[in-house]
Amino acid sequence: MNAVARDIHAQLSAVTRIFPGAGNQPPVNALGPIDLDLRKGEFFAIVGPSGCGKSTFLEVLAGLQRPTAGTVTFEGKPVSGEVAEGIGVVFQEDASFPWLTVWDNAAFGLRRSGVADAEVRRRVDDALAFMGLKDFARAYPSQLSGGMRQRVCISRTLVLQPRLILLDEPFGALDAQTRLLMGDEVLRLWRSTGATVLLITHALDEAAMLADRVGAMSARPGRFIEIIDTGWPRERDSKIVAEPAFGEITGRLWDRLRGESLKALGHAGMTTTAAG
Amino acid sequence: MTRVGLIRLAVIVAMIGALELACQTGLIRHQTIIAPSEMATSLYALLASGAINADIERTLGIIVIVIAVSIALGFALGLVIHALPRLREALDPLFATYYAVPIFIFYPVLIAIFGLSPIPIVLIGVATAVVAMIIATLNGLDRVPRVLTKVARVHRLDAVTAAMTLQLPAAAPYLFTGVKLSVSYGFIAVIAAEFILSPAGLGRDIADAYSDFNNRRMYALILFLLIVATVVNTVLHALDVRWAERRSGGRT
Repeated sequence: MNAVARDIHAQLSAVTRIFPGAGNQPPVNALGPIDLDLRKGEFFAIVGPSGCGKSTFLEVLAGLQRPTAGTVTFEGKPVSGEVAEGIGVVFQEDASFPWLTVWDNAAFGLRRSGVADAEVRRRVDDALAFMGLKDFARAYPSQLSGGMRQRVCISRTLVLQPRLILLDEPFGALDAQTRLLMGDEVLRLWRSTGATVLLITHALDEAAMLADRVGAMSARPGRFIEIIDTGWPRERDSKIVAEPAFGEITGRLWDRLRGESLKALGHAGMTTTAAG
Repeated sequence: MTRVGLIRLAVIVAMIGALELACQTGLIRHQTIIAPSEMATSLYALLASGAINADIERTLGIIVIVIAVSIALGFALGLVIHALPRLREALDPLFATYYAVPIFIFYPVLIAIFGLSPIPIVLIGVATAVVAMIIATLNGLDRVPRVLTKVARVHRLDAVTAAMTLQLPAAAPYLFTGVKLSVSYGFIAVIAAEFILSPAGLGRDIADAYSDFNNRRMYALILFLLIVATVVNTVLHALDVRWAERRSGGRT
């Protein structure tokens, strides 16, 4: 195995996802063909217009959906229809369990994977402390804000020590300030775990701030129209939004995505005008 | 006690007080309704004498069996029907109209088949209560957030573990509604069946007291059933409120 191959953590090759049409409707070509090499330890973000297949991409990579064609590998092993060990997923929807305390929510996966009680306690306590939830360990999710509930879900993923963390618009339901702060949390988590992170987001600024590379996706069927290298240092936080480069990256992303967003909205005719 | 609880208690006390006053002043004839205080003393005397112990044991025993069978069977059938969409499509109209059919018309048929034993009462009780549990189970499973199915797959849970650790707790509030309805229907069906035709039981006892114009005994037994049903429903309500607070309690 050469150095480049060793550096690849997950790979999608010529992946497509076509959903069968309901009733007499034609099939929906949701994704691809798409290729991507995710490098070990990188932070990769995907942005694109609504309905372009971002979440489908994540679910195919996670193993939650089978690709219609093409191959997906994680750490060199094929992924298809089953979530591989080492992959953690945080969803946009509130996936906390309202019947369990914050502590028990975080411990859920560990308890089902046969980890010794002492180790469960250690990892859960560490994760809650890391996510700033230590004082809420005995609270129920209903007693927490939306951002805190999302942190509970991240803690539940974190304790399993995933090597690839997939975040599907995890801050979609949060206000702008909370999202910036949650972005800092995710950057901190990424640096401390060394995991590879793939973030799906509709917020260009979020992608530009967090990621090493940002993939801009076309309107459906989703394909990468450009992958932008942000060039941020590993040690960074939300203060980089004040950097001139941040504005340049966000502007470039919007330049690539404006036409695609109009297409997604059904204003294909305006694309030409917009593009000049 | 909360303010709402105090108001509720005050309303009940006022109604009992008004009835007591109406009975004591002769506004309501003694042959029609006896005073609540008289009902209470009659009930105390009946319980102290042990004269109705066997009937209490029999009736409450049957009710417990009816409720347990209805909940377990209703839940199991709900799971199966939910997993089979075509079957559900076929059964949905039946469930929607089930309680429009007077199920009690089958009671004589059941007596003809099983005789004057507790079996027809149990069957009519289960037939009355089980559908409420099936509907509640279907309702609950419909409302399990889809994201939990994905979470189960991310945690690589098998179908049974996912059902027991995620789907069942997520559906629990709706299932509990089914439990409460099953308890209510169970009580009503068993007492009514005993009242219509049964060799023993509290329902039979009330019917006999009614036929004998024995108002003191009849109202004492009615009061006993009211107390039991109220206590059971209060406990269930308290549990429901407690769980609901956990799920949607005030934010910090």
